[in-house]
Amino acid sequence: MRVPLSWLAEYVELIPGTTPEDVHAALVKVGLEEEDVHTFELEGPIVVGEVLEFVEEPQTNGKTIRWCTVRVAPDGETAADGGDAVHGIVCGARNFFVGDKVVVTLPGAVLPGPFPIAARKTYGHLSDGMIASARELGLGDDHEGILRLSTLGIDAPVGTDAITLLGLDDAAIEINVTPDRGYAFSIRGVAREYAHATGARFRDPVEQSKPADASGDAFPVEIRDDAPIRGRVGSAVFATRVVRGVDPARPTPAWMIARLKLAGIRSISVLVDITNYVMLELGQPIHGYDLDALRGGIVVRRATPGERLITLDGKERTLHVEDLVVTDDRGPIGLGGVMGGSETEMGESTSNVLIEAANWDPVSIARTARRHKLPSEAAKRYERGVDPEIAAVAVTRVAQLMADLAGGTADTGGSLIHEAPVREAIMLPRGFVSNLIGVEYTDDEVHDALAEIGGVVTVVDDGFTVLPPSWRPDLTGREELAEEVARLVGYHRIPSVLPVAPPGRGLTRSQRLRRQTADVLAGAGSTEVLSFPFATADENARYGSADGSAVASVRLANALDQSTPFLRRSLLPGLIGAARRNRSRGLNDLDLFEIGLVFLPEAGRTYGSAELPVGDAKPSDETLAALDAGIPPQPRHLGVLLVGDLVTKQPGRVAEPVGIADALDAVRRVVLATGAELEVVQGAHQALHPGRTAELRVGGQTVGYAGELLPALALELDLPRVVAVAELDLDAVIAATEPAVEARPIGTLPAATQDLSLVVGADAPAADVAAAVREGAGELLEHLHLVDDYRGSGVPEGSKSLTFALRFRARDRTLTAAEASDAKNAGAALASERFGAVIRA
Amino acid sequence: MQSAVDAALAAIASAGDSAALKQVRTEHTGEKSALALLNAELRNVPNEQKAVLGKLVGGARGRVNQAFTAREAEIVEAEAAAQLEAEAVDVTALPSRFTPGARHPLSLLQDRVCDVFTGMGWEIAEGPEVESEWFNFDALNFDADHPARAMQDTFFVDPPEAHLVMRTHTSPVQIRSMLEREVPLYVLAPGRVYRTDEFDATHLPVFMQFEGVAVDKGLTMAHLKGTLDHFVKAIFGDEAKIRLRPSFFPFTEPSAELDFWHPTFKGGARWIEWGGCGMMHPNVLKAAGIDPEVYTGFAFGMGVERGLMLRSDVQDMREMVEGDVRFSQQFGMVV
Repeated sequence: MRVPLSWLAEYVELIPGTTPEDVHAALVKVGLEEEDVHTFELEGPIVVGEVLEFVEEPQTNGKTIRWCTVRVAPDGETAADGGDAVHGIVCGARNFFVGDKVVVTLPGAVLPGPFPIAARKTYGHLSDGMIASARELGLGDDHEGILRLSTLGIDAPVGTDAITLLGLDDAAIEINVTPDRGYAFSIRGVAREYAHATGARFRDPVEQSKPADASGDAFPVEIRDDAPIRGRVGSAVFATRVVRGVDPARPTPAWMIARLKLAGIRSISVLVDITNYVMLELGQPIHGYDLDALRGGIVVRRATPGERLITLDGKERTLHVEDLVVTDDRGPIGLGGVMGGSETEMGESTSNVLIEAANWDPVSIARTARRHKLPSEAAKRYERGVDPEIAAVAVTRVAQLMADLAGGTADTGGSLIHEAPVREAIMLPRGFVSNLIGVEYTDDEVHDALAEIGGVVTVVDDGFTVLPPSWRPDLTGREELAEEVARLVGYHRIPSVLPVAPPGRGLTRSQRLRRQTADVLAGAGSTEVLSFPFATADENARYGSADGSAVASVRLANALDQSTPFLRRSLLPGLIGAARRNRSRGLNDLDLFEIGLVFLPEAGRTYGSAELPVGDAKPSDETLAALDAGIPPQPRHLGVLLVGDLVTKQPGRVAEPVGIADALDAVRRVVLATGAELEVVQGAHQALHPGRTAELRVGGQTVGYAGELLPALALELDLPRVVAVAELDLDAVIAATEPAVEARPIGTLPAATQDLSLVVGADAPAADVAAAVREGAGELLEHLHLVDDYRGSGVPEGSKSLTFALRFRARDRTLTAAEASDAKNAGAALASERFGAVIRA
Repeated sequence: MQSAVDAALAAIASAGDSAALKQVRTEHTGEKSALALLNAELRNVPNEQKAVLGKLVGGARGRVNQAFTAREAEIVEAEAAAQLEAEAVDVTALPSRFTPGARHPLSLLQDRVCDVFTGMGWEIAEGPEVESEWFNFDALNFDADHPARAMQDTFFVDPPEAHLVMRTHTSPVQIRSMLEREVPLYVLAPGRVYRTDEFDATHLPVFMQFEGVAVDKGLTMAHLKGTLDHFVKAIFGDEAKIRLRPSFFPFTEPSAELDFWHPTFKGGARWIEWGGCGMMHPNVLKAAGIDPEVYTGFAFGMGVERGLMLRSDVQDMREMVEGDVRFSQQFGMVV
């Protein structure tokens, strides 16, 4: 909402010299947030001039200019720019006559742009200023010619400051109006709030316009709502007034144009301008009909299926049965509360006007405005609630202005339907406000605040009853009243008291282990990224399953980017995107990780709920369970991507390019951070190198994969051939961990170490051979690790020699070499049994 | 004998390293050395002369051995010093396996926020990002037709009739916490939220919020203010201040905007808007089965990105989500 200060000052006392910033500072205290300040951005000298004479001079470019002599100051006086009283000015327009009063911008003036005015040589003359058009002054769109003051009905002495004369010295504040404060979409409402904020005296504009008596000959109106929404009739208040004999060609006064302009509304014609002006002033949307275009009386009803209407914006709209329409004998002539129809609109030939001010059901209006994508000024107000008591006042105010400014005569009577439900008073127990806000308000403070906002406050035994004012439909309960008291007294009065929570248990195990995982990965050189979870169909198909089977994806109905309407099934596309972006910026060696949700709906399942619980009571456990069951699974994954060199080339060290082993190291860090027992086996994934894919398992369940991207895929993505990646279901990994570690005693007697080389088939997984050795060697074997994988001379074709370093230790004695050898041989024997392993001499 | 001793002492003195000294030792004290041979000759000396000669030869050998031991110590010391000198490196040019990893500063800041609240006894709750409209709106007192619902710029899951949305705020976790936990409850819910805002320097369609909710007997707006006061001071230091301004949210009444003040803001100390808060609307408590006649509650929500911008003077929000490693690596593990 934009509020011109001159207008505000009509209804609330503004101390002279009050700046827009002062008004903002006051309003923010009562909850109207500062947005902007608007001015005409003009600087003088800009004065009234009189065209004394001109000569038309055709130019070689085909234009004809006028070389004008313009009086800009009374005879014998100095002009406002310090120059002569008569200036010579070149003018390109030809819509004026000798003797016209015009607006002259003298050298030194600045027009919006900024466009400074100076004396300049043009068309062979020294043009000493400029004659301004309405658009150049910011007053309107008219740039057909210069502004002749007579067209605004203005005559003022030569030399008068035109900025003041035309109201161009005004400024408007712009405030953000929250959805509960419909009344703040009016000068009336903002003036009242300003009074609350500052204590300045408020004068209700309603008082200047008394409603007309309803009379028998008033215009016939009928409300016939057969299908109220939520039991609320579509229009409970409908006021009309007829004004006859208006002159639609009268100029809108400059002050009104200026105020509308600052408020963000373009001047159209005096009749339309008046309806907009009153809407801004009172918050009551107004519609004016050309009375002679109406056929019969008005009936308000819901639209019938297939009914159509051409609205004021020229668009033909097919109506919905929930839409409220204003009709006459021919059918719909307006989309009630949202936008009028073009057939009956006021125009250049209108002489008799029917003014309508109605109150429409907010829910109906909200739905219609959304359905037809028509967030009009009227709809914006009705959605938030318009004072139902103001309609009759508003039509009177319009009628007065049409009489004053357009020469019309209002009928003495008007019609008024007023069936707005009677509101009930709210019981506000004594102490309620203090107990909710934490401030000891006195009874007087509570009483006075609620009376000041316009409530009717009655003191009763145990507190107050409060009938909220008609313009505050948002005040429906005692909590709302408590806010009114708190904000009028001031939120600054609220003290700061730290509540003591019951002892908590800190982070959950999952939260702790997730954080630790991220810390361990980062500590080991990986950088965390946070990608948007939006994905293409291809990305989800490629990375969203290991075996390439058809997968389901969550799709957004209103994605910002039409190419990524799905939610990710995998973190890899986001990591790939981040890697590509970094590489495009010259950062080639990357070690990235991300922890985030993926969205894994099951194929063939329908999610969501057709019906939602209604009412403000807690839904049943079954209903809540059904809501939860309708939400697709969203586990938290960990993704890792490495590309380029893990260790860069340095003095005395060669570069170490990344590979699958580094992806597995990242996985091992997850194991370290979470305590998970994670098994790595040879695996397969459609997006990964077939020979370089590890499947990750916990308790026999697959929780993820690590490997290298398919080289062809990497190249297609404009990445190097080797891109090491890993992705695992972090929730599943953590869920499978034991809550506490069971410690084994540490043996302190001497260890015996031996090596064991086994020749096995080249395709035998080393981890499985090691497991056999471990199992066969029994509990004396404390530690084993693979130290060599040799293929070549001395080892048969198709075989490999695996060398393990073994460390044996007994808990109760020092082992002899023979005991260690026996254990080693037992391990070799089991490996031999399982894999045909032969001890290599 | 004297010449043999002189020769041995001269050789010992001139031995430059341990290898040379070893050679000298063999030549001058070994079995074939002159002194060894002299010693052997003692066998043939008459008995009455043996004592005198033996003492002479023994003294000569002792002098040589003493000189040898002394020289050996000198050489060992010199060689150890030489080795240390040879092993010197340029400590500023050593190869390294270290690579600078980093947590994302938004994650770090979120962790810190959680730590402040767990320190006060609060617990941390989470919820789904694809959420039922009931949790995201209805249960939070957003009427289906209220303009506040349209203002949320919601991403809807297809088909919209399924009533699933990308949560527009972390507030649905308020409802989930109240349904799952016993009162009194003090819970903080951090997480990602979604709005259909275009992606530019000051808007992100996906961002991080944290939501606080407390339900207890006798909670007032003063407790809300006290909690927020404590929080900003814990994160930004004792000079930080907050201010509440009247506002509107469907799920709180009274409602307030939270403004935050700090003396070291770029561009000067001033009030900057940082979130919304208020006393929980009785309808919200009722939706979660809590009796508003017995309990009151407060709730607040703030953006993590905003916090990071204020804290670290980040100018362009896009830097937070593009994944450029240089952005996070400025922070490392510390925010």
